[in-house]
Amino acid sequence: MMKAKLYILAALAALGWAAPAAAHDHGDPERGAAVFKACKSCHQVGEGARNRVGPMLNGVFGRPAGAVEGYRYSAGMERERAGGLVWTWDTLDAYIENPKALVSKTRMNFRGIKDEQKRADLLAYLRLFSDNPADIPEAEPTDVSELPNLSPEVLALVGDPAYGEYLSSECTTCHQVDGSDEGIPSITGWPVEDFVVAMHAYKEKVRPHPVMQMMAGRLSNEEIAALAAYFNGL
Amino acid sequence: MKLNRRGFIGATAGATAALAAPMVRAASHGRPKVVVVGGGAGGATVARYLAKDSQGAIDVTLIEPTRTYYTCFFSNLYLGGLVDLNYIAHSYGTLAAEYGINVVHDWATGIDRDAKTVATAGGHSIPYDKLILSPGIDFVEGSVPGWDISAQNEMPHAYKAGSQTELLRAQIMAMPEGGTYAMVAPPNPYRCPPGPYERVSMVARILKQHNPTAKIIIADPKPKFSKMALFQDGWSRHYDGMIEWVGPDFGGDKVSVDPGAMTIDIDGEVTKVDVCNVIPAMKAGRICEMAGITDGNWAPVHARDLRSKMDDNIHVLGDSCAQGDMPKSGFSANSQAKVCANAVRGELTGSAVFPAKFSNTCWSSLDENDGVKVGATYEATDEKIAKVDGFISKTGEDAAMRQATYEESFGWYEGITSDMFG
Repeated sequence: MMKAKLYILAALAALGWAAPAAAHDHGDPERGAAVFKACKSCHQVGEGARNRVGPMLNGVFGRPAGAVEGYRYSAGMERERAGGLVWTWDTLDAYIENPKALVSKTRMNFRGIKDEQKRADLLAYLRLFSDNPADIPEAEPTDVSELPNLSPEVLALVGDPAYGEYLSSECTTCHQVDGSDEGIPSITGWPVEDFVVAMHAYKEKVRPHPVMQMMAGRLSNEEIAALAAYFNGL
Repeated sequence: MKLNRRGFIGATAGATAALAAPMVRAASHGRPKVVVVGGGAGGATVARYLAKDSQGAIDVTLIEPTRTYYTCFFSNLYLGGLVDLNYIAHSYGTLAAEYGINVVHDWATGIDRDAKTVATAGGHSIPYDKLILSPGIDFVEGSVPGWDISAQNEMPHAYKAGSQTELLRAQIMAMPEGGTYAMVAPPNPYRCPPGPYERVSMVARILKQHNPTAKIIIADPKPKFSKMALFQDGWSRHYDGMIEWVGPDFGGDKVSVDPGAMTIDIDGEVTKVDVCNVIPAMKAGRICEMAGITDGNWAPVHARDLRSKMDDNIHVLGDSCAQGDMPKSGFSANSQAKVCANAVRGELTGSAVFPAKFSNTCWSSLDENDGVKVGATYEATDEKIAKVDGFISKTGEDAAMRQATYEESFGWYEGITSDMFG
């Protein structure tokens, strides 16, 4: 936490932090950094942020919905983009409160944050990475707490998508191939590495969910790589 | 810690080696023909995967009498007022239009295993190279004294979804204030082990809203049932005092009914009831018996590919087959269908056949936002489909977890119905 605080203070100083508009001045970016931990398994923000399971969040304020280059959005988000949705404090606030209420069939598998103060803190934090695109501060590196012990050899396995397609039929009883997400997360289009890490985290039971622990528990390293390759290509 | 982006190395995974069976030439000219009987979780799935993965190389015919299919799974939620009837209704239009499956709405009435043809009630004779039977369940005659299929209007089973489900719901809603709903639960093995008890939960839910002094009696021949502790805990939390379960220790295995008098006799004690939901003992869909591939009530199959032990050109999926450890469920049938499709396609077209993997998960709703689940993985051994690993929800889980499980069950419903019907 001390480290995060330093980052934030440095960021504030670097940006020449000024008091934001009155309606939105109740968010605390430092507390927001803690709230952002819930987002980190899918989203990166800060210098060098990349698209992962979710799009990177630098510069999100003022950006049209569904507009990060190189990220494959759900049909729902594409529709919102076509409809002119732009991310502002208010639209982001509504989205984070209940993602599926604002963007139906979004792939963002997140229940939402009901606490208004927490949302304000989170948005205050995210805005640090939007206010001055030329000077994006560094964020804490993505530190997911549920990381399994993976050797470089396991991560380097290249999966056979054809085998993955056969294996995937076990997944598609619950997870939909069109990427829609209603009660059960979308698993299509994930970066291969994130998919592999997530599956091994279930296999080693460091990530909770009894069905997934059971399903991943009997998959070999090669089978996980094959599934990652297949679902990445959908 | 941050993972480094890795470079791709040249090797491909070696574990995918597969033995392709020698290609079987179609007996008839042209593409090999697969006929599937029954358009539920087993049949619709196997037809779709064969058509999708063979990309036209296999001629797939699906014989299913109903034009609108009502899933048995989630039909209890309709009884409980949590989904409407349309939610569980599905058509075969996509399978015909997008997958090129020849969907024949007709009854399969006989199988000539020598000529390899299926006869239908409409008078057709449909030839096959491979026949896949997935006809679900039928009832064992005389298993509940006093009840037969002619009494299903007075005492519905509602264990094949559709008009029976609607009838049962209407009868529940018409119960007099403080009336009695009786269920005769089936002996093992039967379709959907937690199904009768989820149904009781849903009936209690709707009665609590509309008729809170009503009572539910379950006469059960089994000393214990699927998710028993979870259901009993849920019943006491949501519907305290409403549900009485009578197991075999108290005569639950000595039951007869009188549909004319609307009475149920449990070990000599006769009770007048307002609704009597009789779920008889079950057996394989009758077409299996007519094909001569049953042993006792079920059709035995090999674990690796769901091939009948009586006929190499017939496979049996889902509730009808005797395969080993998997419960009779829609999830199981769907899982078996994909293993079977892979094996049949390999045999007919020479495509790669991968090792069989099976799984099952059964979600049950105790009330709105209170879901529980049980599941297991399975593998093929020489003797049977054998359980590998499993889990079950715990009593005392917090409300957030139960709500997540409940929502997850809807996600599963969307997933499996997309997997079946496209």
